[in-house]
Amino acid sequence: MYLLEAQYLYQMLGGMVTTIQLFIVSWVLAFSVALTLVVIRATEWSVARWLVDAYVEYHRNVPLLVHVLFWYFGMPELLPESVRGWLYQHNAEMSLAAIALGLGAAAYIAEDIRSGLRAIPDTQFEAARAMGANYLQGMRYVIIPQALRHAVPALIGRALLLFKNTSVTMAIGVAELTYQAREIENDTYRTFATYGAATAMYLAGAFLIMFIGARIHAYYAISGGRNA
Amino acid sequence: MLEIVREYWPMLLVGQYPNGPLGGLALTLIVAVLGLAFSLPLSLLIALARVSPVKWLSFVTAQFVRVIRGIPLLMLIFWAYFVVPKLIGSSVSGFTTLVCALVVYQAAYLAEVIRAGIEAIPSGQIEASRSMGSSYMLTMRKVILPQALLNVLPSMTNQFVSTIKETSLGYVISVNELTFSANQVNNLVLTQPLQVFGVLAVVYFIVCFSLSRSLRWLDMRIRRSRAMA
Repeated sequence: MYLLEAQYLYQMLGGMVTTIQLFIVSWVLAFSVALTLVVIRATEWSVARWLVDAYVEYHRNVPLLVHVLFWYFGMPELLPESVRGWLYQHNAEMSLAAIALGLGAAAYIAEDIRSGLRAIPDTQFEAARAMGANYLQGMRYVIIPQALRHAVPALIGRALLLFKNTSVTMAIGVAELTYQAREIENDTYRTFATYGAATAMYLAGAFLIMFIGARIHAYYAISGGRNA
Repeated sequence: MLEIVREYWPMLLVGQYPNGPLGGLALTLIVAVLGLAFSLPLSLLIALARVSPVKWLSFVTAQFVRVIRGIPLLMLIFWAYFVVPKLIGSSVSGFTTLVCALVVYQAAYLAEVIRAGIEAIPSGQIEASRSMGSSYMLTMRKVILPQALLNVLPSMTNQFVSTIKETSLGYVISVNELTFSANQVNNLVLTQPLQVFGVLAVVYFIVCFSLSRSLRWLDMRIRRSRAMA
């Protein structure tokens, strides 16, 4: 196996940094959107529930690549000229990719949290309301923290998928790890070394997420519970 | 949006066919069906190896599954582009590359699903079957697998729907499937990317949503008829 020259190694590390940035930004976006969706979905208002369901089903039944292409090619059309110009001057593919990834992952994360929510008995919420908490306070201080603990294993799996899915954004020219690996391969024809290095980096990232996930899971495990 | 559908529906449905190669939604479905058809037996073998009492066999397959699940499908597609021609000895089309990558990727995920199903069967079942004198393989074939596979049927049908979605990555290596065809339409229309990719999303949604709903309904029917029998 060839050792890649320093220049290519830097290029690939740069790709890895972009991948990690994209992963973190889109995960934070996904998690906040998912929490909002869950809180809306738990209300009694049927229109809101229907809208959340539609959002989730749409994102679960359309491929990620299509979301990415839609956001990159389609959505800027809706923006005013000035905003669009600003966006294209400021790394548009990166921010649009993060939005597409984040909104897509939000649908799955919302479902994971919602299954966690089902494990919480209704009486918990009723007790919170009886103690004078309003809907949002009951959610924020009583229900969601417990639901999240139940959802930890699923959320870790989801984070891993999101990390891998950042590779799809190479299709719109985000210079992340897969994109850089392809570029280097085109330059050097050292397919095995290039893809080997990129694969090793992905594996390192994936195993790190699994390792941290296992620690988080151990920390938050409900003692005596099913998953403890 | 409707004008785009009216004008370009043959391209989205079958690509250039019959004047050129088959493409569009038809090719997407063919790739997905082939991917599932080949990955199903492979995943069964991997799952059996993973639960087998032979230590090295379960170790090797566990590492295989772990590695495949740790890398993006796109990376696997690029690997297939590079490795498959070397294995076969001649250059292969993007179509073959995509199918090979999907088979390996899906096999790893399906193997985990099947393994979970096998491990969920109470060990008393195995012990009962073994104490009646049947061999390990016979126990697997007649007692464990029929129950395990039925229990994980919903997860397996979910995998099929995700396979359909994953075929969209063929776009990156210029396989003529639905997303690629839509991109060609976009290049022809030129001025309406929002509508073209909107149509694309709607087509995927209709296919995947209706498929997952009908598979769920089918699963419920099977369960109900077995409960009555």
